[in-house]
Amino acid sequence: MVRKIERDANRFKQIVRGKIKADLRKYITHGEMIGKTGGEFVSIPLPQIQIPEFRYGPKGGGGVGQGPGDVGTPIGRSGDDPSQGEGAAGDSPGQHILEVELTMDELAEILGEGLALPRIQPKGRANIVEEKDKYTGIRQAGPESLRHFKRTYKKALKRQIASNTYNPADPLVIPVREDKLYRSWNPISLPHTNAVVLYLMDVSGSMTDDQKEIVRIEAFWIDTWLRSQYDGVTTRYIIHDAVAREVDQHTFYHTRESGGTRISSAYNLANKIIEADHPPADWNIYVLHFSDGDNWGEDNRQCIATLRDSILPKCNLFGYGQVESPYGSGEFYRELEEAFEDVPNLALSEIRNKDGIYDSIKEFLGRGR
Amino acid sequence: MSTEHNLPADLRALQVEIEGHAREFGLDFYDTVFEVLDYDELSEIAALGGFPTRYPHWRFGMEYEQLSKGYRYGLQKIYEMVINNDPCYAYLLRCNQRVDQKLVMAHVYGHNDFFKNNVWFSQTSRKMMDETANHGNRIRSAMERHGEETVESFIDSCLSLENLIDIYSPFIKRRGTPDRYDFSAAGEAEGVGRKFRSKDYMDSYVNPPEYLKEMARREEAEAQKARQFPEQPERDVMLFLLEHAPLNAWQRDVLDIVRQEAYYFAPQGQTKIMNEGWASFWHSTIMTTRTLEPSELVDYADHHSGTMATQPGRLNPYKLGIELFRDIEERWDRGQFGPEYDECENSEVKRRWDKKLGLGRKKIFEVRSIYNDVTFIDTFLTPEFCRRHGLFSFKHNDLSETYEIESREFKKIKERLLFGLTNFGQPIIRVKDGNHRNRGEMYLLHEHFGADLKLDHAQDTLRHLHRLWTRPVHLETIIDGRANLLSFDGSEHSVRPLGGISHEQPEPRPVRRG
Repeated sequence: MVRKIERDANRFKQIVRGKIKADLRKYITHGEMIGKTGGEFVSIPLPQIQIPEFRYGPKGGGGVGQGPGDVGTPIGRSGDDPSQGEGAAGDSPGQHILEVELTMDELAEILGEGLALPRIQPKGRANIVEEKDKYTGIRQAGPESLRHFKRTYKKALKRQIASNTYNPADPLVIPVREDKLYRSWNPISLPHTNAVVLYLMDVSGSMTDDQKEIVRIEAFWIDTWLRSQYDGVTTRYIIHDAVAREVDQHTFYHTRESGGTRISSAYNLANKIIEADHPPADWNIYVLHFSDGDNWGEDNRQCIATLRDSILPKCNLFGYGQVESPYGSGEFYRELEEAFEDVPNLALSEIRNKDGIYDSIKEFLGRGR
Repeated sequence: MSTEHNLPADLRALQVEIEGHAREFGLDFYDTVFEVLDYDELSEIAALGGFPTRYPHWRFGMEYEQLSKGYRYGLQKIYEMVINNDPCYAYLLRCNQRVDQKLVMAHVYGHNDFFKNNVWFSQTSRKMMDETANHGNRIRSAMERHGEETVESFIDSCLSLENLIDIYSPFIKRRGTPDRYDFSAAGEAEGVGRKFRSKDYMDSYVNPPEYLKEMARREEAEAQKARQFPEQPERDVMLFLLEHAPLNAWQRDVLDIVRQEAYYFAPQGQTKIMNEGWASFWHSTIMTTRTLEPSELVDYADHHSGTMATQPGRLNPYKLGIELFRDIEERWDRGQFGPEYDECENSEVKRRWDKKLGLGRKKIFEVRSIYNDVTFIDTFLTPEFCRRHGLFSFKHNDLSETYEIESREFKKIKERLLFGLTNFGQPIIRVKDGNHRNRGEMYLLHEHFGADLKLDHAQDTLRHLHRLWTRPVHLETIIDGRANLLSFDGSEHSVRPLGGISHEQPEPRPVRRG
């Protein structure tokens, strides 16, 4: 018997996957529970839908808690209402997603469905189809070395039974020429595609942990999608304030500098990496840059030049995501908007908060490049 | 789900024992039906708010996902569930140890006593198990006739308005039956605005003109009020919609069901601290004084402390409740109350105060009967208690977008607690006018107590409201210290400042770092 709750659970899943009730989509929050299985932290995706109601916002709000701390000690972020909740985890910042219950393919499929993402048309060597032979067929003729023993004897047995020459007491099966079957091959085309994603992030003082969390979540989904589209995806990470350097993934999400900002440093480094390791003829290149948009004024021109002359001609997509910070957002978004009109492989996105991630991913990946 | 006693013999024996202890302590409860469930079944029923036969809706599926996932990954676990019903239904987890079953049973009898005796539950249906089944059938048959999608999505709209009820209304008869005879004509003859007969030269004395004017004004106001719709701002917005929204029969039925269930659950929200505190008080008392075996001590201590654990920044209602009940019991045992005690300034004398009155037990039973969380905290939270338990108030820092500790002052803590508990932490909103601008538009009024509404939610709630009302809807509220009117006319949202006053200066913009 189907349990009653399964109907409700299925409805919920369908809504999350965007199959029904599009009007609820905007209330889906992609939270996660951090759990432990066998000593390893796992992230359990936990979509939730909040039915809108008249309720208090964070402003002017507050409550009562219990425990140590002085006046002014922070105890929680907006969004996770500290007065509510059963104490589920989820507040360990920078905890990477190590394992999810869904497979990555399923996740990507959900993402693709939900966002109605077009499938990417890989460029470069994707068009050069590599052919490979695979033995998947059967033929009536062929060299004896490829004779399919089992099929041949089956066919002989069939013929003998049909012609009543088979004797179970003396189960002797002798194939004749018509019985003989041979393996055959079919050519399989294997598109050879490689993709590299360069993540660039501003780690200057004005980018807080909240902004980085947004970048982390967004990058996770972008990775997931790209991996579903390519055989192999390489990711590389560049952080910058006034200077840029390449780092590993962990450092990428955990560095905080206090210096000023010079975005061009990151663009130059990205360009160098592309030239050295990822020739555009062989690679599908994605450059995704996240910043709060505050740049050293004179540097903007340099950035635009590097983009126009070096990066944009080489990559499938250059995406710039401007994450709103508590210190306001800078002008870099506008600068790019003005400098590049209607460039098909340039995507700009403003990300207000976590809720903005969903739409931003669509802006980046919705062009199917 | 069967409802007969299917309890295994060992648990049945345990129930008899625990019930005996509970009765001896003076608890007074409905019959209790325990059911033993696997975790999956428990998650299912918990997701359905305790009612296995509730109406279908995706939200229950969402709850279920969370509960079952949380359990599978070892993040959370429900131990027990008790349903306010006569008989009272309670669910036990099959895989629990014996000591857990004892603890849960003792806890259940505490809740059961609370449900039966606390005045805020007195108006709830005690046949809710049957009623939810009935609601389920009604909604299922509406789905068959009008389509699953249509009905479910109408439920979404009703749920969006679910908190717009008047939690006091079950106790108040607001609408008298209309008078059988209308005396208004007779009343008017000696009406307030009428002049007495008098000689001309006496007229200004017998009928003072200011008085006449005042009377005329009052009469006008009365007449105005009679034209007002609703006469008084109506807090039970759901009822107002039931009575006046242009709904068809099945929609009215769905709205009625959602409203009734909201009223059924409201007292649980109003007495969360007390109810959990009371149940915890009794499981702890029964376990430690009667039934705990030495071999069970460590597991009991582990599980009890798990329930009572506090985290920085979170208030555990179980913990706050049980400690307050204990505090009350001790204070009334020692006579630490009344004007003499309150006026004593010497903290050392106060600390040692003991008149050996022994009134504690009696007092806490009285408290469990007639208080709700708001009056409970208002009456029994003391500065000593706040200090002893390390309570603090926190507030939102708009700059850093974090909540931070605001104060450890008693007054502030109490204020925040009471605010959070008032109307179970939900904003109070009334229908001010059901015929706004004489165009049948609905005008709601938010009583602002210092916290702004979440704007996007408010706007989308108006959208849902419009779906029921079908005419433009408005909400008057305060945003950043200014009165504003949020409106939705069926296709567009608008926010219009009203001629209100500003309470706060806008904060200076922070200097940008970069």
